[in-house]
Amino acid sequence: MTNHWVDIKNADLILIMGGNAAEAHPCGFKWVTEAKAHRKAKLVVVDPRFTRSAAVADYYAPIRSGTDIAFLGGVINYLVTNDKILHEYVQAYTNATFLVNPDFNFAEGMFSGYDAETRSYDTATWSYQLGADGYAKIDETMQDPNCVMQLMKKHFSRYTPELVSRITGTPVEQFLTICEMIGSTAVPDRVMTSMYALGWTQHSVGSENIRCMAMIQLLLGNIGVAGGGINALRGHCNVQGITDMCLFGESLPGYMKLPTESDASFGDYLTRMTPKPLRPNQINYWSNYPKFFVSLMKAWYGEAATKDNNFGFDLLPKIKGPSDALAIFERMYQGEINGFFCQGYNPLAAVANKKKVSTALAKLKYLVVIDPLPTETSEFWKNHGVLNDVDPAAIQTEVFRLSSTLFAEEDGSYTNSGRVIQWLWKAVDGPGESKGDVEIVSRIYLKLREMYAKEGGAYPDPVLQLSWPYSIPEQPSSTELAREISGRALTGDGEQLSGFGQLKDDGSTACGNWLYCGMWSPAGNLAARRDNSDPSGLGQTLNWGFAWPANRRILYNRASCDVAGNPWDPSRMVIKWNGSKWVGNDIPDMRLNARPEEMVMPFIMHQEGVGRLFGLNKLKDGPFPEHYEPFESPLAKNLMHPDNPESKCNPAVRIFMGDLDSFGKPDKFPYVGTTYRLTEHYHFWTKHSRINAILQPEQFVEIGEELAKEKGLKDGDKVIVSSNRGHVKAVAVVTKRIKTMDVDGRKVHTVGIPIHWGFMGLAKNGYITNTLTPYVGDATAQTPEFKAFLVNIEKA
Amino acid sequence: MKEQSLNIERRSATTTPSPGVRHTVEVAKLIDISKCIGCKACQAACMEWNDIRDKIGTCEGTYANPADLSAGSWTVMRYAEVETKDGRLEWLMRKDGCMHCADPGCLKSCPAPGAIVQHSNGIVNFQQENCTGCGYCITGCPFNIPRLSPDDHKAYKCTLCSDRIATGMEPACAKACPTGAIMFGSKKAMLHHAEGRITDLKERGYRQAGLYNPAGVGGTHVMYVLPHADTPELYSGLAKDPQLSTLVLFWKGIAKPLMGYSLGLAVLTGIFHYVTVGPNEADEDETEE
Amino acid sequence: MNSNSTLLQRHTPQVRANHWFVVIAFTLVALSGLAFFHPAFYFLSNLFGGGPWARILHPFAGVVLFLAFLLLVARQWRHNRITAADRQWQQQMMAIMMNRGHDLPEIGRYNIGQKYLFRTLLVMIPLLFLTGIVIWQPYFAPEFPIGVVRLAVMTHAIVAFIAMISIIVHIYAAYWTKGAIRGMIRGTVTAAWAKHHYPGWYKEMTKGRE
Repeated sequence: MTNHWVDIKNADLILIMGGNAAEAHPCGFKWVTEAKAHRKAKLVVVDPRFTRSAAVADYYAPIRSGTDIAFLGGVINYLVTNDKILHEYVQAYTNATFLVNPDFNFAEGMFSGYDAETRSYDTATWSYQLGADGYAKIDETMQDPNCVMQLMKKHFSRYTPELVSRITGTPVEQFLTICEMIGSTAVPDRVMTSMYALGWTQHSVGSENIRCMAMIQLLLGNIGVAGGGINALRGHCNVQGITDMCLFGESLPGYMKLPTESDASFGDYLTRMTPKPLRPNQINYWSNYPKFFVSLMKAWYGEAATKDNNFGFDLLPKIKGPSDALAIFERMYQGEINGFFCQGYNPLAAVANKKKVSTALAKLKYLVVIDPLPTETSEFWKNHGVLNDVDPAAIQTEVFRLSSTLFAEEDGSYTNSGRVIQWLWKAVDGPGESKGDVEIVSRIYLKLREMYAKEGGAYPDPVLQLSWPYSIPEQPSSTELAREISGRALTGDGEQLSGFGQLKDDGSTACGNWLYCGMWSPAGNLAARRDNSDPSGLGQTLNWGFAWPANRRILYNRASCDVAGNPWDPSRMVIKWNGSKWVGNDIPDMRLNARPEEMVMPFIMHQEGVGRLFGLNKLKDGPFPEHYEPFESPLAKNLMHPDNPESKCNPAVRIFMGDLDSFGKPDKFPYVGTTYRLTEHYHFWTKHSRINAILQPEQFVEIGEELAKEKGLKDGDKVIVSSNRGHVKAVAVVTKRIKTMDVDGRKVHTVGIPIHWGFMGLAKNGYITNTLTPYVGDATAQTPEFKAFLVNIEKA
Repeated sequence: MKEQSLNIERRSATTTPSPGVRHTVEVAKLIDISKCIGCKACQAACMEWNDIRDKIGTCEGTYANPADLSAGSWTVMRYAEVETKDGRLEWLMRKDGCMHCADPGCLKSCPAPGAIVQHSNGIVNFQQENCTGCGYCITGCPFNIPRLSPDDHKAYKCTLCSDRIATGMEPACAKACPTGAIMFGSKKAMLHHAEGRITDLKERGYRQAGLYNPAGVGGTHVMYVLPHADTPELYSGLAKDPQLSTLVLFWKGIAKPLMGYSLGLAVLTGIFHYVTVGPNEADEDETEE
Repeated sequence: MNSNSTLLQRHTPQVRANHWFVVIAFTLVALSGLAFFHPAFYFLSNLFGGGPWARILHPFAGVVLFLAFLLLVARQWRHNRITAADRQWQQQMMAIMMNRGHDLPEIGRYNIGQKYLFRTLLVMIPLLFLTGIVIWQPYFAPEFPIGVVRLAVMTHAIVAFIAMISIIVHIYAAYWTKGAIRGMIRGTVTAAWAKHHYPGWYKEMTKGRE
């Protein structure tokens, strides 16, 4: 979230698209009802299904799953053609004025630099024109045909309401009504917030879905302001925390990157990772990368990380190739991985194409499952009848199940979607012989260290030299870890640091995650603060927990003021320039003494200081979002560029060999399948919990009345839903809430498939829904396309 | 369970006055249907606070689970898909449970003394230790709420968390409701709050928005803010004009006591007939003609 | 040879046993039922071990009553046809009640009051049985729609009231008519009694005994 949960109450318009906040985030949804009750805000929901969110919305429009960019691209077209943009904001705070490399080009759904062989782009042309001074060139008049504004206008001019409607199935008048509502926030005193979740990420164009909305918010001047922003609703109470700490094998804590094979030396690596400013006077905060990185290495390797050994740069692995979930299971499937640690993770249920995952797991020598509950993954080898029809005799994988404690059984912190870190205290001891995750991993580590010390190995140093300063080595406490992550000085009395501004690249500071720096300051554990006083009334409770970065609650909040430093809307003042410094109701996201005349722009993490309407090479599938059909689409062609079969689906998406054959065609699988979650359950976990099992006991799928009539189905019938990868059996829920869509003159039916069942737990056992889903992900984030694929449905 | 600090105003099947010296503030729960997302947190909270667990059921083709109220489910969410006249779809969700009527039909029809009580704050409570399991409360309730337990044959329903309220807390469902759709306070405050909500709904185009506090049962201590107050039956059959039927009132109020007296009168008539007219004896000396 | 003290058999042992079986069942059902009829009678539930036991036993006793009553009906059916004499007798009922009845018609085994009781119970007890099934918790009531149960509860109470009033009249009439109870306990009545109350039946019984 650029903003935070409570801030949603400051919105005038709330758009829930690509998510179902009422269903999946009922507690956070209270701020929507607050906005409606106290600001008279309007709620708009766009979704393939009439959801629980839609049930309390002021306006709802249906959309075919997987066509969000067509819809949002149409919104951009509407905003620029109807002049519904906040001009001063767009001019100053976005790269609309920037000139783009004249060789950049877009034709027939493909951006310049495409290589069909590798299914990837050479992104050299996705860049700015640079002047002799090394800075990007701009055209203040935005008339240059190569300026971002003109390129953007041209790109989205193709997204006419009629074409949008033909692709998305959203009726034109409904689409235009929503455009008008969105456009109404292009004024300084009206703000829209965007709430999205997996409904946008779980597509082969996931990252671009979100970018497209970010562009809209930039055009409307809704980023950095109270009640605005682009707000990812994270699924788990601490999934933001794990993302911050190191979500992928390719990354390091605080969104730093692990070196790769190509980083020949420490210097090369730092040069590659440390950006240069692209406009004068800009903060370009990532220029501090060396400080963050060196401090991290000091936290991890302590005394062993010295200036002479490049702070232990060579102790880090230099990875080759991607390590996202799909890539890992592909390599496992290919037999390249023989041991797998699975901690708080149930991939048999959670990863696409269960059959492939099951086959992959069966190729392992050993599998270690660290979990509080017996999961489907830990029993993947066991025959559970039709629900898991495997032959245990044929599976040689040795499975170890280590029972861990649950969330309420240990102290620690949670980082919520709004980046607010909150400390929580252990409520009860874990049952039986369960142990905390930290203890389990520590004990494994200590054993490995002992074995490496005794027996040696190919390269024991990374293990042996790891700093392990905890008072009980087997049980590093949450407190010790939190202090280490927050960081301390290595000189003087070694006091805790109060913020990342103090980090040094000379080895005199240690910090486990620069973003969390200051969370445990000399004043103590700020995440444990519970003062909810709110002097501004905006919900900016700065003494409640600690928000990264620097306890800032609204990111880019410099953009909440005009260029002169006055709030766009004084009644929702986040910060302002008081003549000598930035002050206000939040920690200013700006150098405190940066006078407005210095033109230090709000997007301080960017080299150019402004928000990117043109996305450069940051996403792998293009600097502008473009509509591509899902990999399994009911349509024969992409109506945006019907003549180019290569750009029907996202051309930059990675497809593993063999997976292409696993995709189904509409002749056999004519309906759009989409998977989702229900309020009553949390993933594959709460089916083990009695109350949740009572509230939603049995697996079901939802279909519209028209499809039900065609298939002769009624409420409560058992049905078989199949894709090219397998089938599930469930109870049919026939509903008015899923409408048959009119897409380019033909009827498209949607089959809604909630995910929560499996062959373990108290709820009625059911099929794993990811039996159905395709093994293909977003071009950039590799999040699987769980939201749009093809199925068939028959009475069982 | 008797809450010591809650005064009892009325008791079932009791013809003498109930202890009524202390007066407490009339309370109410206000369920704002326009804010309800049907998440069932209220159901979960109810199960947890009251330590009741229904069976793990099956999917019957709707989101509603458990499918109906029972001794183990004192509140359930009901879902209705309704297409309005202008073609708009609405998914109407209603938390169903005891309405805590000011004039409770269950209490009136209960034959077991003190098995149903009405506290002076308006809460209608079942005292299971006095319940005989006859099920008359079920027939007396205009909202079809009480349910007999198949295990102990006692009737159960929502207590409005009288045990929590007695100690100054709000009901568990109101505490758990994430969107603030369930509010709790004095009835006066809830009526006032409802007015604001209704104004807001009317501004949003729900011209028939209104409060559900039906007069037929003397008003209720669980009230709904309904976007379509003119057609409450849209909300999974919420009674449009619930009342204790005049027949029942006549029956319980006059006819039954009268019948009781009649029985006594019949006996008395016999006695006085006997002592005045004397027995009907055949004359043993009566000769054959 | 006839004497007024000659005993005539009025009820066979089977009929007497059947009758008293019905009496016991009716008493149990009535007392337990009264407990639920009005709070004033709730104390009666203590006779059965408290409210829940009264509630549990009442319907079972009711079923017993119903079956025993059916048997009695089968036995007595033929004696309960209403005749012209009965109607005539009915016209003199006020006088009879005042012990001033003279020149009464020759009615048969039972008078019309008894026959009305028979008819009343013939309607009321099956009705009680049927409505009782509908409201029987926890076995059958849950199977019926709430509206039906509501109707049944009220019908059950009204019918029970009518039945009880009828029985009170019956008991009193039996007590008032000296010698009648003996007829149901010991099975015999004196010839004089028979001649006085049921001359038709007396004639029938003494025919051919000359």
